[in-house]
Amino acid sequence: MLKEIYKYREMIYSLVRKDLRGRYKGSVLGFMWTFVNPLLQLLVYNFVFSTILKVQIDKFYLYLFIGLIPWIFFSAALTGGSVSIISQKDLVKKIYFPREVVPISYVTSSFVNMLLSFVVVFAVVIISGVKLSVWGLMCLPAIMLVEYFLCLGIALITSSVTVYFRDLEHILGIVAMAWMYATPICYPESYVPEKYKSLYHLNPMTSIVEAYRAVLYEGTVPKMMTLIESVALGIFFLFIGSFIFRRLNRRFAEEL
Amino acid sequence: MEQKTNEYAIRVKGVTKSFKIYYDKGTSLKEKILFRKRSRFSERTVLNDISVDIKKGESIGLVGHNGCGKSTLLKLMTKILYPEKGEIEVNGRVSSLLELGAGFHPDMSGRENIYTNASIFGLSKKEIDSRLDRIIEFSELEEFIDNPVRTYSSGMYMRLAFSVAINVDADVLLIDEILAVGDSNFQAKCFNKLQEIKAKGTTIVIVSHSLNQIENICDRSIWIHDGKVREDGIPVDVHMDYLAFMARQRRINKYGSEEAMIAAEKKEAEEEKKRKEEERRQEELKKRWGSREVEITKIFCGDPDGTECRVFRTGEPILFRIDYKVHTPIRDAVFGIGIFRNDGLNVYGTNTRIERYKKFNIEKDGQFSITLDPYSLLPGRFIVGFSIEYGEGIPVDYWKTAVEIETYSNIPDVGTVRIDHTWEFSDDGVKK
Repeated sequence: MLKEIYKYREMIYSLVRKDLRGRYKGSVLGFMWTFVNPLLQLLVYNFVFSTILKVQIDKFYLYLFIGLIPWIFFSAALTGGSVSIISQKDLVKKIYFPREVVPISYVTSSFVNMLLSFVVVFAVVIISGVKLSVWGLMCLPAIMLVEYFLCLGIALITSSVTVYFRDLEHILGIVAMAWMYATPICYPESYVPEKYKSLYHLNPMTSIVEAYRAVLYEGTVPKMMTLIESVALGIFFLFIGSFIFRRLNRRFAEEL
Repeated sequence: MEQKTNEYAIRVKGVTKSFKIYYDKGTSLKEKILFRKRSRFSERTVLNDISVDIKKGESIGLVGHNGCGKSTLLKLMTKILYPEKGEIEVNGRVSSLLELGAGFHPDMSGRENIYTNASIFGLSKKEIDSRLDRIIEFSELEEFIDNPVRTYSSGMYMRLAFSVAINVDADVLLIDEILAVGDSNFQAKCFNKLQEIKAKGTTIVIVSHSLNQIENICDRSIWIHDGKVREDGIPVDVHMDYLAFMARQRRINKYGSEEAMIAAEKKEAEEEKKRKEEERRQEELKKRWGSREVEITKIFCGDPDGTECRVFRTGEPILFRIDYKVHTPIRDAVFGIGIFRNDGLNVYGTNTRIERYKKFNIEKDGQFSITLDPYSLLPGRFIVGFSIEYGEGIPVDYWKTAVEIETYSNIPDVGTVRIDHTWEFSDDGVKK
């Protein structure tokens, strides 16, 4: 199974390339949108939470930005990932290849986008004068990888279920919005009432965002508990995702 | 045991596949909940407990009318679809030519698209690199390979796509109705390439409505009817039965029912018989015609010494003697002879006018003869005809198929006629 996907690595590569190239085709700013879009989002959230709601956090723009970029990746996997199989309908109906290739390519291209956004993140981090810890920075690739696996697991679930149940695509728009507010992106985790805390930590994105923030905002090494939690949840979702995908992918060609 | 399973490229064991046909497919939540009880669909069984074994290196044609399940079977073999009952075992790398140009991007160049398209067949970058030149050469698009694909004509597009697909070097090649690619030149090239691939031992399965194609490429043809194998064997035999069946189906459709068809067929058969008889009469007339003032009554054919014979050796003489009977005297008569090979080729013909003999006035019964010496036709079957005419070629008795003779030879020279010849050599050392 993994061997087969490895055999089709060139296909994943070419799908990712096609997706990245085609994404901003025809627009004036072109590839610059990869950087402009998160910055504009940052501007909006910053205005709402810092100026209107007056959240009392030091360097709120940085706090927000470090949570936002990983979130944009996750949200793309959740909503965009759900239509990945449907949008490759012509291929799926006519040609054999391991179907996992499609969500993998989609998640990978979103991942590459996030990596590119991190160029801007680092610029902002350095400008704001945060002292980064070397050990913390060494954890960063691992955190990214764990998020990648989590997103892949989620995309495997949403992409395969959407084939049978098209409403999911629209439902997920709302879910993504709610999920964002259930993750400490615009506010610190300490704001959450005590009785919801355990529930709150079932959200796999909570620990991941906290890990990012420990490295880039606080300039420390993430807490052991946070790391273990995110790795465990990432692997769990990947496992569940591939299980569901395996079960559902046999009838893709008929349902599309 | 291992040896035994590896003998087969594809084994289809008792496979059943059916599709749900929705009359009004509701996939949204509202419809799913509201109409859960009356989800309106019917199930159509496309393949019904079908089993097929294909040995390694065999090339198989799948034939059958539209909707008989042959394309479904092919899709099951490529694992695009999965059976609900039974099992399909495929050994080796599969390349399916079900869809050409999958994943082509119009804005990317031909070269980039080769990479995309080939990657979908599961080739790695290295494997594609090594095939790139071959693919471009085969597509005959060297000059255009770096232009975006959207600038290609549809013929060029298909040529590129086919070139990629055919150069995957699979162990099992599955093809669905796509050999109509490009102009006839390119088609011939594809066809030759398929022969080459086949010679290399690749297993090929083709679905096609062109029975000719299948007969040209395949050693075995499987006729699928109503989800089952109806006949399996040598393509020409299977196709004959298939065509006969299809013709019968068409007639049943035409007449509405089988009884009506049988009645109509009986009538037609009678008409056909009458027409044939009439044709035969016409044919006879074509073979022998003329005004018959003088009529050929007997033809002798044999050796000049008088032995009647119909089989001759090349180089021996032949004598023809023709007896005729006079009903009304004619003036300025001309006698002629014509020799035809059994496929209709006029091998030789002459007459007494051409050769400037005096004209004959025929008043009473008589005979004329002609000797061919040497008779130099090479082996074959020949038909000899004779003619009597008068004036400026008015036929009196023109008998085109009077005698049939056969030739054999003990020298295996080739052609139609042996031409007298002598060899000369400058080298005296040539052994005789």
